[in-house]
Amino acid sequence: MSDRPHPFLIVVTALVYLFLMLPLVIVVGAALSDTTYLTFPPQGLSLRWFENIFEISAFRRTIITSLQIAFLGTMIALLIGIPAAYALNRFRIELPKWLGTLFVLPILVPEIVFGFALLKSFTVGTGAPIFLSLLIGHTLIVLPYVVRVISASLASFDFSVEEAAISLGSSPVKTFFTIVLPNIRAGVIAAFILAFITSLNDVSVSLFLTGPGISTLPIQILAHVEQFFDPTVASVSVLLMFLTVAVMAVVERTLGLTFLAK
Amino acid sequence: MTQPLDLQAVSAHYGTTKVLEDLSLSVQAGELVSLLGASGCGKTTTLRLIAGFLTPTTGSIQLGGRDLTRLPTHKRDIGLVFQNYALFPHLSVLDNVAFGLKQRGLGSSERRKRAMAMLERVGLSALADRAPGALSGGQKQRVALARALVIEPPLLMFDEPLSNLDAKLRVDMRVEIRQLQRSNGTTSVYVTHDQEEAFSISDRVAIMNAGRLMQFDRPEVLYRRPANTFVARFVGFENIIPFKVVAREGDTVTAETAGMTLRLSQAAYGAIPDTFLLATRPDGLMVSTDPAAEGLPARLGLRTYLGRAYQYQCETAAGQLIANGSLTNPLEAGTGVKLVPMPEQCTILASEGTR
Ligand SMILES: Nc1ncnc2c1ncn2[C@@H]1O[C@H](COP(=O)(O)OP(=O)(O)O)[C@@H](O)[C@H]1O
Ligand SMILES: [Mg+2]
Repeated sequence: MSDRPHPFLIVVTALVYLFLMLPLVIVVGAALSDTTYLTFPPQGLSLRWFENIFEISAFRRTIITSLQIAFLGTMIALLIGIPAAYALNRFRIELPKWLGTLFVLPILVPEIVFGFALLKSFTVGTGAPIFLSLLIGHTLIVLPYVVRVISASLASFDFSVEEAAISLGSSPVKTFFTIVLPNIRAGVIAAFILAFITSLNDVSVSLFLTGPGISTLPIQILAHVEQFFDPTVASVSVLLMFLTVAVMAVVERTLGLTFLAK
Repeated sequence: MTQPLDLQAVSAHYGTTKVLEDLSLSVQAGELVSLLGASGCGKTTTLRLIAGFLTPTTGSIQLGGRDLTRLPTHKRDIGLVFQNYALFPHLSVLDNVAFGLKQRGLGSSERRKRAMAMLERVGLSALADRAPGALSGGQKQRVALARALVIEPPLLMFDEPLSNLDAKLRVDMRVEIRQLQRSNGTTSVYVTHDQEEAFSISDRVAIMNAGRLMQFDRPEVLYRRPANTFVARFVGFENIIPFKVVAREGDTVTAETAGMTLRLSQAAYGAIPDTFLLATRPDGLMVSTDPAAEGLPARLGLRTYLGRAYQYQCETAAGQLIANGSLTNPLEAGTGVKLVPMPEQCTILASEGTR
């Protein structure tokens, strides 16, 4: 036994990373190409296709919409999901078993079916605005991730710690914020990132819920490739990648730091 | 600040299951009372009722004349020490101890001063800035103790605080707990399933079984004079033999069991009712090879070595009994002997219907 990993393990790990990263390298390359068609390796270097994104108003609008939906949907899912996960874990013995299953249902049902069902029952049924339908749809598809991830965090939280705080004079609500929340911080951050990205990337539910005038970025990308074969989609993809990384960094910094500070 | 605790006819249910029945318990100001009993008998439930994590279905709980029954936990002002320490993982040792003071609105310098003084008392001031995760089990429990004591609660409660520690440390810590409790004079309720632990540190011990209080008294009384067969067995009276009095001559009573008779002196045993149970520890039955001895005829079975004595499984007409014999004279299985009760190691119990 040695502390150093086996050479075979290093090779396999490197191959897996290569496999994961290669498509991204290709996309970045294609986005930087000076040609009017998608190609790799890039021929000539140019940022013109990045500029092109912002010249097409549909892209400008859908990027904003996607970010709004992802952010609002994730926040609402956290507002519902954190208390739900807390209750499910805190009162596990007292609550019926199926209640936990209820919160994972949206990922058990195929998303495309879910999107269609939502369209039929909600959008058509109530005539709700498209933005609202999208927001509700996205909230519902990310909620299971939030509940699961935060439940995992709470499963390793010892609730007698909470009781200790209450016995020392801290009210239950205050204890939730000063004792429980700081101890599941990592779970909350992970849930936020996972939910945000899931929402930002969603196609199948959005496909049914977008409508005249309002669309999301992935749907707009689909619409664009149907008509054009220029590198704009590659640059949008790169932009989406950077947006995702930026969101992760911001969440990690802000949530991480505010919770760490007493 | 020390106050008496009074539980009156308290019952508790989980769903429809009754886990505590008519429990009444009075703890005097400054007293340390242990709740002792097997796992599942309702000790933790009793603590949770007093702490307010659970509401009794009937009965009332008073602390120093204050009715706690419907008061939420965070207003009860009770110090709690848990089996698994329950320290705040994200706070330093010092902030753990200062937490209760913060809830009481003390300024940060005053909090620090008091918390440090308390850590000093439990010998941990050098570790004030550590994270709880970086402490040993004994150190964690000292922090938990300091955290509960620093708020100077009128009542301190412990739920099996030492069961996660190793044997040697357990003995040291219980002495430490008792000394701190004594010097503060804090009324305390201490839950344990360890008889030695309960007897060694308590002023009085409440022995519980299946949600009921079986006997509540000083350890010396429980050990010598159990009030019923449950407590008798619990404190080691392993032989419980039913007798019927067949004759009384002044002070001497002749009693019969399974065809064997025994003459007992009421001067030694106290008043003996017409039917009774004679309870003895293994040490309370002397193994005699003298056929004329006043005892129960028995045939010796398996012999085991206890270090201070030999223990014998003995076959008698009244069933199997356990007796200890001297080390100087080991006897072989099959030997016919007399088992002679030693009054100071025996007690007389009232019959309890079915045995
Ligand atoms: N949350 C609960 N729900 C249902 N039954 C419980 C719960 N907690 C404890 N019990 C039951 O109540 C009884 C008493 O438990 P407890 O007070 O924890 O015993 P002890 O502390 O003496 O070991 C046990 O039979 C236990 O199974
Ligand atoms: Mg218990």
